[in-house]
Amino acid sequence: MVVGTRAAAAPTNATEGGSRTEPTGRLGAVGARVVFEDLEKRYGDVAAVDGVSLDVAAGEFLTMLGPSGSGKTTSLMMLAGFEIPTAGEIYVDDRPIAAVPPYRRNIGMVFQNYALFPHMTVGENIAFPLKLRKVKKADIQRRTREVLELVELPGYEARYPRQLSGGQQQRIALARALVFDPRVLLMDEPLGALDKQLRESLQLEIKRLHERLGVTIVYVTHDQQEALVMSDRIAVMNRGRVEQVGPPAELYDAPQTRFVASFIGESNFLDGRLAGIEGGVAQVEAPGVGVLRARLGEGLASGTDVAVTVRPEKIVFAEEGEGSDGLNHERNELDATVEDVVFVGEMHRYEVRLTGGQTLILKRQNRAGVRRYERGDSARVAWHVADTRLV
Amino acid sequence: MSATGEARQGVGVGASPRARVRPARAARRRVSLGQGLLYAVTGLILFYLVFPIFVVIPVSFSSAKYLQFPPPGFSLQWYEKYLTRSDWTGATWLSVQVAAGTALLATLLGTLAALALVRGRFWGRDLINAFVVSPMIIPSIIVAIGIYFFYARIQLIGSPFALVLAHTALAVPFVVVNVSATLVGFDERLEYAAMNLGANRRQTFLKVTLPLIRPGVLTGALFAFVTSFDELIVALFISGTGAVTLPRKMWDGIRQEIDPTIAAVSTIFIVLSVLVLVSAELLRQRSERLRTAIPTQVE
Repeated sequence: MVVGTRAAAAPTNATEGGSRTEPTGRLGAVGARVVFEDLEKRYGDVAAVDGVSLDVAAGEFLTMLGPSGSGKTTSLMMLAGFEIPTAGEIYVDDRPIAAVPPYRRNIGMVFQNYALFPHMTVGENIAFPLKLRKVKKADIQRRTREVLELVELPGYEARYPRQLSGGQQQRIALARALVFDPRVLLMDEPLGALDKQLRESLQLEIKRLHERLGVTIVYVTHDQQEALVMSDRIAVMNRGRVEQVGPPAELYDAPQTRFVASFIGESNFLDGRLAGIEGGVAQVEAPGVGVLRARLGEGLASGTDVAVTVRPEKIVFAEEGEGSDGLNHERNELDATVEDVVFVGEMHRYEVRLTGGQTLILKRQNRAGVRRYERGDSARVAWHVADTRLV
Repeated sequence: MSATGEARQGVGVGASPRARVRPARAARRRVSLGQGLLYAVTGLILFYLVFPIFVVIPVSFSSAKYLQFPPPGFSLQWYEKYLTRSDWTGATWLSVQVAAGTALLATLLGTLAALALVRGRFWGRDLINAFVVSPMIIPSIIVAIGIYFFYARIQLIGSPFALVLAHTALAVPFVVVNVSATLVGFDERLEYAAMNLGANRRQTFLKVTLPLIRPGVLTGALFAFVTSFDELIVALFISGTGAVTLPRKMWDGIRQEIDPTIAAVSTIFIVLSVLVLVSAELLRQRSERLRTAIPTQVE
């Protein structure tokens, strides 16, 4: 995506257009802060959103991630003004907006199906918000041209949406949502209808655009990969509540709930009981396996039922000394039998059974010098205490 | 509208003529006996349905003094009679006015009702829907009797205004059904998008909703016009002597003076009805084309 468009539009640049007396509309020059305060939305007895509090910093890219029915889209609809909260308040730059109608919020939005007006050309679609704001005709033309350059579809004014591919329609929807300089941009599964390759390239383009424009983005998706790639922070939603908020790496490496651990990436879980704490390391008794050590989660008391969780790529086969530093007390080591091996290209995915009957998934890179285990092989699996979490 | 929705519509009307011709040709080459039989039966049924109309047309050009088929010779006398007699032209003009008024009122009410019935979530919605559409199902004679007693009491018999009101009740269902059909396939997120971009409810309706449901609204309006224009039974009861519509005049005519003027009027009627239906179809196609137009030059 062209990143230099805004710079090229600076008044000093005389090559582009003659009558550029005023600086162009600074597209989303400053993002606004968005705060959800105990937001609730009930339909009869069903709570679609059940007490959501979030603080989105000005200029942040925050993704609400969750399965369908988790309340992420309903939260977004309340921010856009299409749903009225049952309780709670939404603030944009400290101004409460729950009672403000959608057309006065000045919040841009990109819909999953693009929602381009089929009876209008691309140019008319983009001019729509500007005409409503009584922008002068010459300015409308200029800003339409500029925003089309921004999304790399210059000269598409006269086309109709149906003549464009899905990816192009998405760019036009983005252009239309940005052209009136909103300080907050909402995106509701905007890439959901596109194929994988296009989705990945558009993810990076949107991310670059965000960095370039500084607009606050609230993004909704059920695709954890998309959330990890694009977001400054992710709010994982489940059953109308926020399970955990944090930067992608934090959510991946330090999930606080079983839901977060299983929804983002792949996780192994071993159920057990918290037996005690030694030197800040939790000791968990897992039936048939023995004592496992894990980093201590918050607010867990001895005697409670817990689950030990570890990511598949953090587990190694111990005999090879792969990654082993000989410090046995920093690792969990267990006997296991290989149940299944699946080749997935860049790695082999193993399913092993522990002595207690539980199964673990582990992933090993596909490269020379890494031994292939076969079904039925006995092995010893190991992973670092630092990679082990309690949920 | 979603891409798939458009694609679905595109197959029906927007597809290029060339694309449609090819499969048709291929099919014609493989006409089997069963298909031939099907075409023959279909042709017979169509002939049976349309034949009475073709009887009326030659009779209208008859040189005879009475209704007679086949006509003994050609003459335009009955058309001349229709066009020169003020009771015929007056009835025609009144019918046009009543039908136009009905179309206007029914379209306005019907469109609003369709919006409420398709979009609204309120108690008794299905009941109200059935009630609004009921004039389509209830026998006209019953409606006519009811309207007659009511209008007689409030002294509205014999007024064109009363006819407009009565015909509107009969025509509203056609508007509701047509507009509802376009609304059901309508992607409400387009309205969300419009409001998000700064359009209030009125602007959203005028700039996004109405242009997209226009085919349904226009079709509904034309149906409403025709419903009123050829309505006889209610007119028999409430037009009195002061507001004689064309169908009422034809009814009186065939009872009092059995001459082929009726056939001439009928022929004009048929031509008019065909014109209305053709223009409805053309309007629909035009709006479809506008929506799907592929401009040849792109700057």
